[in-house]
Amino acid sequence: MIAGNEIYGLMAEFDSDRDILLAARRAQEAGYTRMDACTPHPVEGLADAVGYRKTRVPVIALSGGAIGGAIALLLLYWINVITYPINVGGRPMASWPAFIPPTFELTVLCASLAALFGMLALNRLPQPYHPVFNVPEFERATQDRFFLVIEASDPRFDVEQTRRFLESLNPLGVYDVEP
Amino acid sequence: MIEDVYRVPERVRRVQWTALVVGLVALAICVVYGFLFDHAQFFRSYLLAYVYWLAVSLGCLGMLMLQHLSGGVWGSAIRRLFEAGAATLVLMLLLAVPVALGLDELYTWARPGPSAHPEWLDHVRPYLNVNFVLIRMAGYFVLWIGLAYLLNRWSGALDGSGDPRYSWRMTRISGPGAALCVMSALFFSTDMVMSLEPEWYSTIFGFVFVTDALLEGMALSVAAFALLSESGPLSEVISPLYFLDYGKILLGIIVFWSYVGFSQLLIIWIGNLPHEVVWYVHRSSGGWMWVAMAMLIFMFFLPLLVLLSRSFKRSRRALATLCGLILLMELVRVFWYVEPSFHTDGFYLHWMDVVAPIGIGGVWISAFCWWLRRRPVLPLYLVPRRHPRSVEEIESRIGVAENAER
Repeated sequence: MIAGNEIYGLMAEFDSDRDILLAARRAQEAGYTRMDACTPHPVEGLADAVGYRKTRVPVIALSGGAIGGAIALLLLYWINVITYPINVGGRPMASWPAFIPPTFELTVLCASLAALFGMLALNRLPQPYHPVFNVPEFERATQDRFFLVIEASDPRFDVEQTRRFLESLNPLGVYDVEP
Repeated sequence: MIEDVYRVPERVRRVQWTALVVGLVALAICVVYGFLFDHAQFFRSYLLAYVYWLAVSLGCLGMLMLQHLSGGVWGSAIRRLFEAGAATLVLMLLLAVPVALGLDELYTWARPGPSAHPEWLDHVRPYLNVNFVLIRMAGYFVLWIGLAYLLNRWSGALDGSGDPRYSWRMTRISGPGAALCVMSALFFSTDMVMSLEPEWYSTIFGFVFVTDALLEGMALSVAAFALLSESGPLSEVISPLYFLDYGKILLGIIVFWSYVGFSQLLIIWIGNLPHEVVWYVHRSSGGWMWVAMAMLIFMFFLPLLVLLSRSFKRSRRALATLCGLILLMELVRVFWYVEPSFHTDGFYLHWMDVVAPIGIGGVWISAFCWWLRRRPVLPLYLVPRRHPRSVEEIESRIGVAENAER
């Protein structure tokens, strides 16, 4: 038997989204905080059940959008008023309604790029190695099986007790995850 | 009894009667004053009040059909409020009578005899004339009330029998119903609002109006739902997750609203043609620019920024407050559509512009509450498992089971 400090965690395999959702809620009620779920499709409510925490992604996306919008407005102003002013139909040089579409586009572009790369950075992705792949059954996580992992770093983690707890949730199997 | 649990709280009855009294008094003041002293202003104020509250009813009807089409728990839970809002269309048909009587006071095209601008008026006469407009109005109301009646009836029948066929019927009728409603609302806004300045036209205006209506219907229903679920049985089943969804939908409508509204401005700005810019000139000269700026800030920037926050959307009280602000700004918006047509020289606010919306609003809210009280505020077929008549098929289709338990 592997000792508690030599494994990454314990993994339980489930057959349906409903089962894993109930299991995750039970684990949350049992006081586990460091766990993760891997499912082939998004399961509504699962993020909350495995302890969704506020992330900094919204703030990163918002600042990215604000920077993009500011750059676009300044760029348009600089082009149309300072470097290359052209009188179009007698409108003012700083023709702000015409500035809005590029500003909008650049805001959205920068916000989404910031959200994407911010998310990747906060998740420490790309990550070529992860312990969960040591479990052969995990292959079906992208097909038809639902996995709940309770990590050994959880303060309530105890190999025997946690295994018994996971087995009580009626899984298809409980596996040790090697580090 | 489960039926009793999902009745609206008793205080709704007080709201119903208070609103009715306030509304009737306000309407009576306007009618008496208008009849004795100021015909023209009465009809203008009444028109803006009428257009505003009709848009709320239409928005409820539109959202009702949208949620039938999209499915989802959010719509099933708030459905009864949309249904009640749509049912007020019967009242709005009755309240259309003063508008019909005041056509020649309101619209240049409805005035007999030669007008100041005969050359463009001749073009629009075959479409904009009193008889044809009244026929069209009758047609819109046949469609709207018909849809509101069927959707209310089938929803009630589903409560009684739990027969999933009713559920399918509601979905089936909502597709063509929504398309027809959008088209009729486009024509309605052209006839009643855009034709106040018949030399001006914009093909986007109808979509702006449709979005205004959806926003109003959604804001009123969400605010009412938040108030209803603050206490009593609803507070136990309606979790903050529902309001998170409503917040997201409101944000979506606001973004779409700003998109269509701005598209109209941009196209007219770029085109810069005299007969097109006149509408914006009337609405930005004098003090009207401040009204437009207030709408930009309080109907776009402020809601956009606060609705980005997840915790704001989850708070029913915060969301209800924002809905109140949106409803107030929508009234300002309809005021900004209507009143500058008559006061092109500068900002003008008559006290009846405030009292008339209160008048129609009081009667509207009273009818809304009356209809809400007649039935369980959560559809019985959505109360899963605990209810003998809940239907497995409907449950799985809308997937309400887990969320109601949360």
